[in-house]
Amino acid sequence: MSKAILYDTTKCIGCRACEAACAERWGLPYDDDIAKRETLSERKLTTIVTHGERFTRRLCMHCEEPTCASVCPVGALEKTSLGPVVYHEDRCIGCRYCMLACPFQVPAYEWSQALPRVKKCDMCFERQQAGLPTACAEICPTQATICGEREELIAEARRRLAENPEGYYQRIYGLEEVGGTSVFILTAVPFEELGLRANLPRQPLPVLTWRVLSLVPDIVTVGTALLGGIWWITHRREEVAAAEGKERKS
Amino acid sequence: MNLAGLIRRLTVWQWIFAVIVLGGLYATYLRFLHGLGSATHLSDQFPWGLWIGFDVLCGVGLAAGGFTLAAIVHIFNIERYKPILRATILTAFLGYVLVIVALLFDLGRPYRIWHPLVMWNPHSVMFEVAWCVMLYTTVLALEFAPAVLERFQWHAPLRLLQVVSIPLVIAGVILSTLHQSSLGSLYLIVPHKLYPLWYTPLLPLFFFLSAMCVGFAMTIFESWHSSRAFGRQLEVPLLASMARVLAVLLSVYLLLRFVDLRHRGALDLVVVPRIETWLFWLEIALMAVPVVLLFRRSVRLRPGALYACAVMVIFGFVAHRLNVSVTGMEAGSGTSYVPKWTEIMVTLAIIAVGFAVFRIVAQYFPVFPEEAPRPALAPAAGDD
Repeated sequence: MSKAILYDTTKCIGCRACEAACAERWGLPYDDDIAKRETLSERKLTTIVTHGERFTRRLCMHCEEPTCASVCPVGALEKTSLGPVVYHEDRCIGCRYCMLACPFQVPAYEWSQALPRVKKCDMCFERQQAGLPTACAEICPTQATICGEREELIAEARRRLAENPEGYYQRIYGLEEVGGTSVFILTAVPFEELGLRANLPRQPLPVLTWRVLSLVPDIVTVGTALLGGIWWITHRREEVAAAEGKERKS
Repeated sequence: MNLAGLIRRLTVWQWIFAVIVLGGLYATYLRFLHGLGSATHLSDQFPWGLWIGFDVLCGVGLAAGGFTLAAIVHIFNIERYKPILRATILTAFLGYVLVIVALLFDLGRPYRIWHPLVMWNPHSVMFEVAWCVMLYTTVLALEFAPAVLERFQWHAPLRLLQVVSIPLVIAGVILSTLHQSSLGSLYLIVPHKLYPLWYTPLLPLFFFLSAMCVGFAMTIFESWHSSRAFGRQLEVPLLASMARVLAVLLSVYLLLRFVDLRHRGALDLVVVPRIETWLFWLEIALMAVPVVLLFRRSVRLRPGALYACAVMVIFGFVAHRLNVSVTGMEAGSGTSYVPKWTEIMVTLAIIAVGFAVFRIVAQYFPVFPEEAPRPALAPAAGDD
């Protein structure tokens, strides 16, 4: 069983309590100025995004097969069996491939630091390990964000869609995107209208590079045999020519 | 007084060199003391810029002459290219060292560059590139080592290197094939970001083919420059026959590009009036014009024209790499990126230092063959 988050935009009142709780949990400064900037950054690992009358939330989606973990050359990002995708900062070399590759454009960087780290939501990993809900779910006054077992939350999301077909856009964001995530978002309107990336493939992205990488052993073995063979043939000719005398020389 | 005298004696090129290096040093200071944020225009939305797009992606490609020529001479046993092999290997080696230097600028934690050696993730293209670049730089060092050993008359290690020379060349070709193509594979993971004129499952193939093309173009480019710098004869017949191979490779590459666009249903995009379209056509033109020219014998045999074609191919190659890494990524990332002066300065300084080191090494080590009229050895097979 793994943990997940269900965020229901129809219940969100945009109070930003989740932002404040998240900042507190990470020990980051939080004030009105920071609250106004509705983008993820090194100082804001989750943010409310206002779309007219509606609100949505951005945070790490904790993919089932995370692109970030697959592209990281040193395994600094890891999908835990508990659900959260966590960051081991002592491994990170700072290549920022995770930031380039993340389909949800989530990881942020400490650009102003001399020794920077990647910053992203880790679904309150240590709280989850202790059986506590995430800080954002705990504080949410309307229960727009709830936290629990992944399968149970999917069932809950389906129940809400079925009970209120008029009120909800009939899809669960995160269920199929890039092979499924551990954060699910329910909306009243099509995803694009809330700025959620809707053009993502259904398959996990790591497949795209693994298809090529898995060929490496074949390229090495066949390539070595081929090049060695060509060398043997081209130099064999020389030996023959040398043995046959000096006709070739001139 | 001495300083004033020195300044008066500097040539224009030495002045340019000095200014670039001083600027580069200042930019280096900004980068390492104030962080990437103040030294670059990179952002969370656009984490890779000029240093990756040009210094690394182009740097590795421009050094591709090393493996193509090593394969031609040692594997395919086409001996007549031997006179220019060492210079090419040296360029490749310096190229890779400079790529690693550029990486040290770009990595957030450069002192951890060795981490991929002990912390493995075989699912990461970057992991594979890291290993290949490291191993291939070692191979290049060993391939160039004979020049150093000859200079100091150390015969024992020289004999040892001769024994392993063929396995070394084979390893070099395989490693190059792997990471030249893998630089393209890096971008397979961003189908949602990279503009469809450039995103294709064939990216690894295109990066490999274009690296081979630019390997030949760079060999022509370098031969032309070192013949001028060191007052040597230019190996025109050699370069002319190389230009033929280049023309064929380029045609195959260009043809495949358009076949691929058609198969992906992206052919319509080549007439959409957008900035991407113009830069796409610039890139294609820089590759297509030399193809047309190089199929003419008169062009192949005129050093100036041959040189101009090589330069166009190099620019076309750089345009492709920058289109993939910068232009093509902007719209999909929802932002725009123009490098900061510090990024440009570091890049220029790295190139300038590369040129200077090549010159110094070529002066003190046997990089070029003795001036015996070697080209005459090339049998009738010169160009035709």
